Amino acid sequence: MSDSNKKWYSLNLNPSTKSTSCGCGKESGSCDSGNPKDGYDQIMGVPMGRRAAFKKITAGLLIGAGAVSNSCSVVSRDESKEKSAIEWEEYFKGNYKLMTSEEKDKSIDRLVRSYELNQGEKLNMSSKDAEENVLFGYAFNISKCQGYMDCVNACVEENNQDRSSEMQYIRIHEMEDGKGFNFDEADDNYYHEVPAKGHFYMGTQCFHCDNPPCVEVCPVEATWKEKDGIVVIDYDWCIGCRYCMAACPYDGRRFNWKTPEVPEQEVNKNQHYLGNRLRKKGVMEKCTFCVQRTREGQNPACVEACPTGSRTFGNLLDPNSNIRWILDNKKVFRLKEDLGTEPKFWYYMD
Amino acid sequence: MKILKVFWSLVKDAMLEVTHGNKAYHIWMAVLSFIMLFGMYNYSIQLEEGLSATGMTDRVSWGLYISNFTFLVGVAAAAVMLVLPAYVLKNVDFKQAVLIGEGLAVAALLMCLAFVVADMGGPARLWHMIPGIGVFNFPNSMLAWDVIVLNGYLFINITVPMYILIMRYQGKTPNPKIYIPGVFISVFWAVGIHMVTAFLYQGLQARPFWNNALLGPRFLASAFAAGPALIIIVLAIIRKFTAFKIPDSTIKKISMIVTVAAQINLIMLISELFKEFYAPTHHSISAVYLWFGLDGKTALLPWIWTSISLNLVATIALTFHKIRNNLKVLYVLCAMLFIAIWIEKGFGLIVPGFIPGPWGKIAEYTPTFVEISVTLGIWAMGAFIFTILAKTGIAVELKQLVYKKK
Repeated sequence: MSDSNKKWYSLNLNPSTKSTSCGCGKESGSCDSGNPKDGYDQIMGVPMGRRAAFKKITAGLLIGAGAVSNSCSVVSRDESKEKSAIEWEEYFKGNYKLMTSEEKDKSIDRLVRSYELNQGEKLNMSSKDAEENVLFGYAFNISKCQGYMDCVNACVEENNQDRSSEMQYIRIHEMEDGKGFNFDEADDNYYHEVPAKGHFYMGTQCFHCDNPPCVEVCPVEATWKEKDGIVVIDYDWCIGCRYCMAACPYDGRRFNWKTPEVPEQEVNKNQHYLGNRLRKKGVMEKCTFCVQRTREGQNPACVEACPTGSRTFGNLLDPNSNIRWILDNKKVFRLKEDLGTEPKFWYYMD
Repeated sequence: MKILKVFWSLVKDAMLEVTHGNKAYHIWMAVLSFIMLFGMYNYSIQLEEGLSATGMTDRVSWGLYISNFTFLVGVAAAAVMLVLPAYVLKNVDFKQAVLIGEGLAVAALLMCLAFVVADMGGPARLWHMIPGIGVFNFPNSMLAWDVIVLNGYLFINITVPMYILIMRYQGKTPNPKIYIPGVFISVFWAVGIHMVTAFLYQGLQARPFWNNALLGPRFLASAFAAGPALIIIVLAIIRKFTAFKIPDSTIKKISMIVTVAAQINLIMLISELFKEFYAPTHHSISAVYLWFGLDGKTALLPWIWTSISLNLVATIALTFHKIRNNLKVLYVLCAMLFIAIWIEKGFGLIVPGFIPGPWGKIAEYTPTFVEISVTLGIWAMGAFIFTILAKTGIAVELKQLVYKKK
């Protein structure tokens, strides 16, 4: 961190002293231009010794043999050739955060084309970067939440989560009055009319920590913190070791234990590479503060869907934002602050 | 070039050696092959369906695979517990045991790697980890460290015995100046692999059950009990079925190592239990679940109490010289200790880390048939590899395999 006075446990909300290091964790240089390699370049353009070349060729032979035989075959139809070519290039593309914007565009074109070939419909996929002087934060009003779970439904629909395993990023905990925030006895899987008498409700999801343990532990840097504070995952780079899941103190991460299923007519086609694009089996996913919406200036789906107004989202660096008003005027707190994770998700009561 | 020729000749001779044996040997290898094939078939199911074929869920996201991985890192590390005295202290007694120990380390490491791969959601994307073509989160991720130390350890444990065998194969005496540095590195490295593996868990502030300074040292103590215990059993079997001479004194010396390690392990266990149960805090809930069950969820109780009883009985019995020096009893005690630590350092350690979950949810974990079959398959693979290595090694040591200049 460039600012040596910054206390490790406090979020820096002042843009003028904002650290120059970006979410990729590199202290110097920029993560985009410093290592602008990806796809074929990242893989094939690296100067390498004989041994590295050997490894690469073997790996390629082993895994790509099927794709090659398909794409070089004279008998296959053009479409299936194209599919194989896309598969091949997608398999060997690099880590998103190291891609140049050109490579990002190429990969997105491939993904969109692949969906078109498979489903016959066009997607709208973005790779929009974080904007300057934006740091997203979230506040949750415990007094207002009634446990309707509209946020959960909106989230599932917006983010194309697997319907068959009922994956949900948000958990609403139903707590008993008079017992305080007792998560142990809370019920996060209720099926009855709400608000239930004598209970209050509290939602948890990924808190987009400023010091995220999940990012530290990933062996391949498939998850990182973006400049606007959103913790994202490159679904195509994740190897599925689930170390991040073990490292998260907030139950914020989900794993695709099988191929996720989203009925074609329910697929949200307004997508972001790091957000709600369709996932595959064996990779992690999580709340992205609806990056596909919030980077376009909208609220996340959960905020928009909440009928009680308990959810507030905004730019922490904008002194006039609602979220800043709440942080300045309410008695806010965060969960498990003792772990030093610095969540950007605050709770408060009226 | 000559060395290549010798190596090629050794490989050819070894192929002949391992494909010939008595009836019992063939049955043993056939059974192992069958279990391996069955495991591979089940792994193909897992590849097809995804990890939903296992009992793991979002609540308990690591299970049998990672448990066995953790335990086997210990077994691999413990092999060098024998290397040090043998090579450095010039304790001739140990030399035979060392070759076996290093073979065991290689087999255990290959099993470790297999378990990690079996646990991956995207094994085809593992090339993302290869430095140079992938992105390797070093030094931040302990898993990246683990990949380095395990592969490094595997390399050392292949090259050192390989050098010795190739020299013996040619009827020469291995040059200590060449292999002793390798031995020294491997000793430090062994401690390293186990500490790094412990740090993998120890470094997670999210899981109070693991986030405990004693975890690393306890890993070492339990590994140095379970590993040599396994070596004793293996030596006993080799002694019975081959012409390889292993004196009683070797086994007795190893049993001394096992005893001391088991005693230290027990002291640390007591310290851990005291901390968890004298003044229980919110962070002790996982331990309560492991030892007594929570909210009627008691899946681990029979396992952990079996483990602790076996551990106690074996450690106490081993402490008495008279009992320990009776070899028949010793083998039984070693088997008891091995099973006890397999439970304790396996799912007795991994599963409670996830229970209760971050928000107090208690969801239990039961491995599925697919998972158990894959696990058995990997163990069979380890036994298979070890048998091949040991049979070749023994044949070279007994001068049954000798390099013939053509």
